Parts: sequence; C-alpha cells; structure tokens
Amino acid sequence: MDFIWLIPLVPGIGAALNGLVGVRSFSKRTAGLVATGAMAIAFLLSAFAFIQLLGSTERFHKVTVASWIPPIPLETANGIGSFEVPWAFTLDPLSGMMLLVVTGIGLLIHIYSIGYIDHEPRGGVARFFCYLNLFCFFMLILVLGSSFLVMFVGWEGVGLCSYLLIGYWYKKKSASDAGKKAFIVNRIGDWGFILGIFLVFFTFGTLDFREVAEAAAALPVETQAVGFGVISLICLLLFIGATGKSAQIPLYVWLPDAMEGPTPVSALIHAATMVTAGVYMVCRNAVLFEHAPIVMGIVAAIGAVTALMAATIGLVQTDIKRVLAYSTVSQLGYMFLATGVGAFSAAAFHLMTHAFFKALLFLGSGSVIHAMNEEQDMRRMGGLRQHMPLTFATMLIGAVAIAGIPPLSGFFSKDEILYRTFLSNQLLWGIGAITAVMTAFYMFRLINMTFLGQYRGPAPDAEGHGDSHGHAWHGPHESPRLMTWPLVALAVGAVLAGFVGVPAALGGSNMIEHFLEPSFTVPGMAHAAEEAHHYEIEWALMALSVLLAVGAIWFARRNYVERPEEAERLAERLAGTHRLLTNKYYVDELYDATFVRGSMSSARGLWRFDGGVVDGAVNGTGWTTRASATISHVLDKYVVDGLVNLVGWICREGSYGFRRVQTGLIQNYAFATLVGVFAFVTWFLVGR
Amino acid sequence: MSNAAEFPLLSLILFTPLVGVLVLLFIDRANAHLIRLVSNVTVGIGFLVSLPLWFMYDTQDAGWQFVERHDWIPSIGADYFLGVDGFSVLLILLTTLMGVIAVLSSWTAITMRVKEYYVFLLALQTGMLGAFMSLDFLLFFLFWEVMLVPMYFLIGIWGSDNRLYSAIKFFLFTLVGSVVMLLGILAVYFYHHSVTGIYTFDVTQFHKLGIPYDLQWWIFLAFFLGFAVKVPMFPFHTWLPDAHTDAPTAGSVILAAVLLKMGTYGFIRFSLPILPEATVAFVPVVAALSIVGIVYGALVAMAQKDWKRLVAYSSVSHMGMVMLGMFALTPVGITGSIVQQLNHGISTGALFLIVGIVYERRHTRAIAEYGGLSKVMPVYATIFLVMTMSSIGLPTLNGFIGEVLILQGIFVVSKMWAFVAASGIVLGAAYMLWLYQRTMFGNVDNPKNESLPDLSMREIWTFVPLLILAVWIGLYPKPFLDRLETSVDNVMVRVNSDYTPRLAAVEDQGSPTLALDAAAQADGGPVRGGAR
Repeated sequence: MDFIWLIPLVPGIGAALNGLVGVRSFSKRTAGLVATGAMAIAFLLSAFAFIQLLGSTERFHKVTVASWIPPIPLETANGIGSFEVPWAFTLDPLSGMMLLVVTGIGLLIHIYSIGYIDHEPRGGVARFFCYLNLFCFFMLILVLGSSFLVMFVGWEGVGLCSYLLIGYWYKKKSASDAGKKAFIVNRIGDWGFILGIFLVFFTFGTLDFREVAEAAAALPVETQAVGFGVISLICLLLFIGATGKSAQIPLYVWLPDAMEGPTPVSALIHAATMVTAGVYMVCRNAVLFEHAPIVMGIVAAIGAVTALMAATIGLVQTDIKRVLAYSTVSQLGYMFLATGVGAFSAAAFHLMTHAFFKALLFLGSGSVIHAMNEEQDMRRMGGLRQHMPLTFATMLIGAVAIAGIPPLSGFFSKDEILYRTFLSNQLLWGIGAITAVMTAFYMFRLINMTFLGQYRGPAPDAEGHGDSHGHAWHGPHESPRLMTWPLVALAVGAVLAGFVGVPAALGGSNMIEHFLEPSFTVPGMAHAAEEAHHYEIEWALMALSVLLAVGAIWFARRNYVERPEEAERLAERLAGTHRLLTNKYYVDELYDATFVRGSMSSARGLWRFDGGVVDGAVNGTGWTTRASATISHVLDKYVVDGLVNLVGWICREGSYGFRRVQTGLIQNYAFATLVGVFAFVTWFLVGR
Repeated sequence: MSNAAEFPLLSLILFTPLVGVLVLLFIDRANAHLIRLVSNVTVGIGFLVSLPLWFMYDTQDAGWQFVERHDWIPSIGADYFLGVDGFSVLLILLTTLMGVIAVLSSWTAITMRVKEYYVFLLALQTGMLGAFMSLDFLLFFLFWEVMLVPMYFLIGIWGSDNRLYSAIKFFLFTLVGSVVMLLGILAVYFYHHSVTGIYTFDVTQFHKLGIPYDLQWWIFLAFFLGFAVKVPMFPFHTWLPDAHTDAPTAGSVILAAVLLKMGTYGFIRFSLPILPEATVAFVPVVAALSIVGIVYGALVAMAQKDWKRLVAYSSVSHMGMVMLGMFALTPVGITGSIVQQLNHGISTGALFLIVGIVYERRHTRAIAEYGGLSKVMPVYATIFLVMTMSSIGLPTLNGFIGEVLILQGIFVVSKMWAFVAASGIVLGAAYMLWLYQRTMFGNVDNPKNESLPDLSMREIWTFVPLLILAVWIGLYPKPFLDRLETSVDNVMVRVNSDYTPRLAAVEDQGSPTLALDAAAQADGGPVRGGAR
C-alpha cells in the first residue's frame, strides 16, 4: 500500500495538465477526458488500496513520502519537544472509506460534468476541469493526511477550490460574492482549527493523529466533575474549524450562497465531499473528543439545532438548489449530532450514504435546470416527469432514500443516528425526529413541484433567441446520456449503500461499524462495555420514523399535487412564520449589520486615525520643525541681522556729518586749522 | 570561529553592481537600449555570482563563513570585515534575485533619465548587499546610510504624484532613526573598549559582550528606533504607504522585498545577540506593537481605495508577523520569522510588480478603475491569484510555512498573543480577496480596460522565479530551514542560556540532551507523547 500517495497525485497532475496546457490548447472533450481519466485512475488505485486493506490484518498503513517541516526544537507542556511534520499519509478504515467516496462519486461527477459544462467556451471548460481535479487533489490529501498539519493543507486547499468553483462564473457579482463569502467564513473556522493544532502540539508534542490519540487515551476523561481542561479546549477549537467547513451554526451562512457555482460543483463539493470534511475531522479525532464530554455535548446540540433550523428554512425555499443546500446543512447537522453522542461510525455511515443520495439529488437538479434552460425556481416548473423520466425516477429514489424509507440507504444510517441519540438524550432525539419529518416533507415538496402537477414554465422558444448562448430552446427535455448514466449509478448506490450497515436489530451485522471501529479507538483503550441491545426500542423508533416520513410524504402530496391551493392558504395563515423562514431568520442581515459593517467601519475609522493621528504626528513634527525654522528665519533677519545693520546704519548716518568736513576746499581747511590753533592756544593760556 | 575565504566571493557579489555602474558611466545617455542591456546583464551576473553562497554554505558550521577582513580605518578600529551566516545567505540571495527582477521589470516603464535610473538602482544593490554582509558595525552603518540616497532619488525623480513629499519623508524618517542608532553603536563601541581596552567595531566580538542590563536597555532603545522605523513597526510605519505608493514599480519591489528586511535583519543580527537581557525585557512591548501592527495594518488595508497603498498596508501587517515570530525567542518562531521575511519579499514583491503592470498600462492605481481583468488578462489574473494565495498563507505555498512556524513559535510563549495574531489570517483573506474580486472579477465595465494586453514574455519572466520559490518553499522548505539551523541556534543561545544548540547536541557525545534524545528515539521518535 506504499502507493497511496499516488492517489492524490494523479488528479493533481490532471489539474496541472488542464491548467497549464489545456486552457490554451485542449478541446472541450480532451479537457474532460484528461480530468475524468485522472479520476478514473485515482478511483482504481483507491479501490485497489481498499481491497488490500480489507485483506490485511493491520488496520493502519502509514506512508512517509518526504520531509516537509524538518525537526526544530520547541518547548511543549512536557519539556522540550521537536516540531516536525513529514509528508505522510495514512490508510486506515476511515480514510479508506472516504477514499472510495471521494474518488467514486468524484469520478461520476466528472463524467456528468463533461455533458453539463459543454455550453461553456473552450478555455472555460479546461479551467473548470482544472479546478475540479485540483479539488480532488486537495480533498484526497485531506483524507489521507497522517497529521493535523497535512490534513490542514487539504483543508485549506479544498477551500480555495471551492472559492474558485463557486465563483466560476466570475462575471456575475453574486457568484464572486458567494465565493469570497465562502472563503472568508471558512477562514474564521480555520482560525479555530489552526489554534487547535497549535494547542495539540503544545500538549502532546506531536501532530500525528495516531500518536495524539494514543497519548490522549492515557489521560483522564474531562467530565463535568473534572472540568473544562486542555483536551476540551483542543476539541472546541477543532470543532470551530468543523463548523466552518461543514456549515454548522454559526458559520453555515456560506453554503446556501455557494449554490451560485455550477451544479456538479454543488454536488461534489457542497454535498458529497468537502462539506463532510468537518465531520471527517471530528471522527478522525474520536479519541480526543471522547475525552471531552462537555464539548461532545456542545457538538451534539449544535448539530441538532442546525439540523432543525436548516430543515425549517428548507420547507419554504423555492429555488431547487437552495432546498438541497439547506437539506445538506441539515443532514450535516445529523452527522454532528451522531458524533456528539459518540456514534462516530454512525456519523461516518451517514456521511457515506448521504454522499450518494445528495450527489444524486444535486445532479438531478442540475439535469432539471439544464432542461429548463437555466431556470431554478420550482414555481416555474411542474409536470417535468413526462419530459425527463430518467431524471425523475432517479431523483425519486434519492428523495425516498433521504426521507428514510426502508430499505434505501438513508433509512439505515439515519435510524442508527436517531437510535443512538435516543439512548443518550431524548430531547435531541425529539429534534432529530422532527427534522426527519421535515426532511421527508421538503424533499417531496421538491419532487412534486418539479415533476408532478401542471407544467408552469415558459413556452418553448420557437424563434431561437432567449438562450444566453444563442441556441433555440425547445422546451424541457431529458439530458444527454453522459449526464443520466451517472444519475443511474448514483441511484444504485443510494439504494444499496445502506446494506453495509444493517443493524443487528434487523438481523444484520452492522458491517461498517465493525470495519470502522479501529479508526475510532486505540489499542488497549478501556472499551465501553458492549451495550445491551434494546431491540424493542430500536424497532419502535424505526416504525415511528417510517410512519412519520410516510405521513410527511402524504402531506406534501396533498399540498402540492392534489390541492396546490392548500400550500398557499397555509402560507397565508402562518404569514409571520413564513416570512421569517423565507428570509432565513434574517441571519445574513444580522451578520451583515454586525460583523461585515463592523469591520468595514473600524477599517475606515482606523484609516482616518492613521492619516489623522499617526501620520498627523509625523507631519506635525515636520510642520513644527518648519515653523521653528521660519521663526528663526524671522529672528535672524530682523533681530540678529537687524543689530548688524543697525551698527552699519549708525556708522553710515554718523558719517554724513563727517562727510561735510571733507569738502576739498583749501580755504575751509585753512580756516579749520586757524580755529584749531586759536582754540588750543586759548586753552593753553587760559587753562594753565 | 571565523573561516577566512580563499576567494573573495562576498566582495565579488558586493561590487558586481558597482562595476555595472562604472560601465554605464561610459555609455552615451542617448543609447537607452544599451543602458538597459548592460544593467540587466549586470544584475544577472550579480545573481549568478551569489549562487555559490547557496551551494557552498556549510549548514554544519556554526561559525561565520566566507569571511574577508582588511584594515579600513585602523585608527578607530574599523575594518572592511565581511562574513555571512544562514540569515545573511538567504537575504543576500533574495537581494540579488530581486535585483534581477526589479531591473527587468523597468525595461519599458522607465523612459526618462534612463541612465541615472539604472545607476541608482545598481548602486542601491551594492548598498543593500553590503549591509547584509558587514560584520563591522561601522561598515554596516555606512552601507545602511548609503542606500538611502539612491532610494531617495528613485522615489523623488521617477515617482508619481506626491513623490517629493514621499521621498523626503522616507529619507528623514530613516535618518532620524539611524542617528539614534549610531549613538547606540558608539555606546557598544566604547563599552567594549572600557572592558577590553580595544577599540573595534567587530560585531563578532560584540556578540560575546556581557553589557550591564541598564546600559543594554538604553542601547536596545536606540537600536529599536533605528530598526523599527525600517521594518516598519506600528506606529513608525506611515512613511511606508507614501513611499511605496509614489515609488516607481522597481523601487516598490526593492523597498518591500529587501529594504524592509534591513530592519528585521538589524534586530536579529545586532539587538538580539548583543543585548540579550534587554531583548527579553522588551518582548512584551515588541510583541504588543507587532500584534497591533498585524491587526491594524490588515484593517487599514481593507479601507484602501488605492491598489498600491493596500499592498503597502498589507506589508505593515506581514512585517508585524515577522517581528512577532522573532520576539517569540523560540527556535521555531525565529526560523519562521526569517522564512517569512523571504516569503514577504516573494509575495509582496510580486504584488507590487502586479500593480506596476497595470499602472504602466493605465496610469492609475485606483481600484475602482479596474474590474473584470480576468477576461482581458487571463495569465496576469492567474499569477495574481497564486500570489494572493501566497500572501494570505495558503498551504502548499510559501506564506503558510512562515505563518505556521511563527504562530506555533509564539503559541508556546503566550496563547493570548497567538489567538489575536492568528486573526490576521482571517483579515488577510478578507482584504486580499476583496481586492481580487474588485479588480479581476465582474464585467469589464471600464472601456479603457477592454483592450489591455496580457503579460509579455518579459513580464512573465519577472514572475517565474517568484512562482517557483513560492511553490518550493511551500512544499519543501527543508533546504531553507537547514541553512537557518545553526544561525538560529547561535541567537537562541544568547537570549536563552538554557538552550542547547542542535549541532552541539550531535557533536557532544554523551551529553544529557543526547541521552534523552536517544531514549526518546528508542521509544519511537523524538520526545513526544510526554503525557504518558
């Protein structure tokens, strides 16, 4: 398994090819084939590695490729340590499962994209596939990274690709705004993540996941009685990072806006893979989190509340992609709820099944948007079932799966989470169950508004204008096979993926839980005693949730197919609530008024301060110097030099008198001499 | 401790630009093409002759290398004394490389007084290189002052709008700082005489001095004024946005990439090792000013409407990070600080080139004048994107390595400082991405931008070395970090008497440190998992 570092590298090479050569010289088809080929190779390598992992008794395979940050001494909480991070990757059950999800679903989405992105100009297609491959490169580094810092490389890298792909149509202000918002909100989370990483090093003297887990296992669990210790702080900081990447309260606001990106991007990045990175990271640090039960409580609560809040917003959205976006936020909330109650394998299981059905739903919505000539508003759809039967059938499977109807995949993973939550905290279970009802409702509202009932869209374009690319639009139509085949493949996955986790209560063996278990523990760690199985409770919960889901589906059918006026009447009756929900609780407005405006006004204020006060002091010093120079100048000119001139003036003025003496006439001189002689003689005679 | 060089490599590096100046003096001023050619060849040779430093620098030798020493002013004990360690090797290479880029970037931008321009630019190279090589404090001061003059003229003659104000401000600000610094130098000089009876400006001797704490305190303050202005640290930074904004592109590039490093280099070469106790005492002050600089620079950058001024304020923020890492006084922090100096040179140098390219085409720096440039200048937009990411510390690019080392280095000293300083990564992303959006994304609304030509081959080549370095340092920084190891340890030993240098631990068989290490190694790695 020494080759696992090649798995990220192959899409990396694909990205480089498309980015450096493709943008200038690849045809659309070549660009797509290069990127898809890279993903195919990555998928084959991943499958090969996974099979080897299954056949091996050793569950951890760490491959160190090269030095990255060489050792530098640094003090830690336990004396001098060595700060060192190699480029090292680990294959274990958790990363193995993620590898298959990322490369498998990634491959299908790449294939779909060849059809979807075909309208774009040639260079744009290569740019798109370059970003998409680059994303997979970073995502695979994130998944395989052996240490916090290598994971962080992938973590930030997927953020960059998300930014680039959300803003793919960069001429659209809303798209580039959304990309920027995604990056900056994620950076707020990263602030917590990186500080958590620093604290991990300071506490344990290493950043390697396994070594940290082994060291943490030896430490006491920081229960309420022990108090909020250093492990709790680490977990809280890491979780702040997770709320950013996985769109949880309070940092979820970027994900709905991210729907500005092309739909395959929404499917790959903002549903199946990148947004689950936060869940993955928490699962990766299961041992740490189990030592921080206080933080686990916070994680569970945030997850549950996010799940509920996003689901309520999803109830009233009319943009088909936004419904799915809020649904993603909500489902991610489920996953955090699972990790928060200690059901890490249930979280990872739901992550996997969700990747199938949510990617399916997004790609299906992309197919619909494609068919409707870029229309995303479900109020202008309806009755599309006849026009695009394959898209309808596959999306219906996705909707049934997410609604939790057995035996589709969503049923198994969601019920595992709800069951485990029930055992831990009934209130959180209540929130989860209500969310499940809402999920079934808004998903079937989406199906009904889009595919059933009357067609409410625009009439086909007879003359051949209206399309931004100048093609005639002949009305809704089924998408090309490049797009529908991935839908079929994902639908198969959405049906079957759940069978790896059939619970014991239904006669299964919960294979996936046993498989993943080694990733969530360390050898020798005190095992929680095998819980007694409460099959009766589990059966009752399953029956209840299926019943609720079916009821919600029925209600959606009644309101949106049989009696469409019912939905409007309901909206009118609950006008206040309806307005609150359509405006998404005004959270964006709140953030805008506080954080965005706050930082902008402090920026402008500081700028004025910089010019007025700091630079004012500098210019003031300069001014003072010049002013004193001027005063000196005045003094010098009028006082100092004045005195000099005064002496001169006196001399000059005085000399006028004497000048009269100098007449040049002999008689005057003779007369003066005579007077002088007379005076002297007189003085001499009289004075003596 | 000193290894005298057989071949005067440092002198060769130092005087190559001056030879170019001499040649230029004999060329007719009307022959602008030849002048450009000679200047480019000169800096090219200048870079090539500096390359042996990279390969021949011995990472296992903790002493000064490539040393040259001759009498200069024997009556006062001043020598022509050159030598390098890891810090100076990297900064010298940065200087010679940025010299190539700055000269190459001026090819079409400068059309007036071409000869004088290149003479000043080349003379500036010698001034900066001299400061990084001098091991004689007076010689250092000479170069320190000398480089003011060409920069003053570069801004004052070839600058824009407010160039005279900015040039004078730059000159006076630095001069005031350096006069005070000179007093500090003299204090060390006379103290050394009072202890040893020898008059010398030998820095290597000063590094061994144990100056009394009270005197150290005052000398530190004097040095601080000189160096902090140059870095620049808040609140001595206001000359920087003016100087940057009005300087010609090459001037801004050199100013950001190299001249600012004079200040940080001054701290690491003189303040820390000569005044260790005062350094420790000043840590809270310097750290506080650095952190204020990080946040303040970033926020003020966010408010800018002038593209170049925005980049200038981002420099204030980044240099705050550099200072913070250095004054963590941990090996990781100091290493990060030096790496971040290179990174800042690479990414901010590139960002100034990027502004310069559109300024040359449009003669305006107002952000509002641009928009949608991705469409008309795709190659340019791509390079700008990479450099934006480098500047905001995206992993796999250089900026991340520096930031992580600095923040980890400061984290073990004070969690609170790290918490506040790390907010710089959020603000940095905000102002840079907003800039990128406003200039590159959207539609081309301004008809004047519709037919802007994309980068020429010459312009692309000014970026290629910077792109390579950004990726290299991001993915495999080991060669750079290895060259810093002994130099960082030399400083660490001075500021922390308990510190055991890494190299000594290997040589000194049987020392307790080694025993501990060996035990840890047997246990599966260097001291880790201490929790057990």
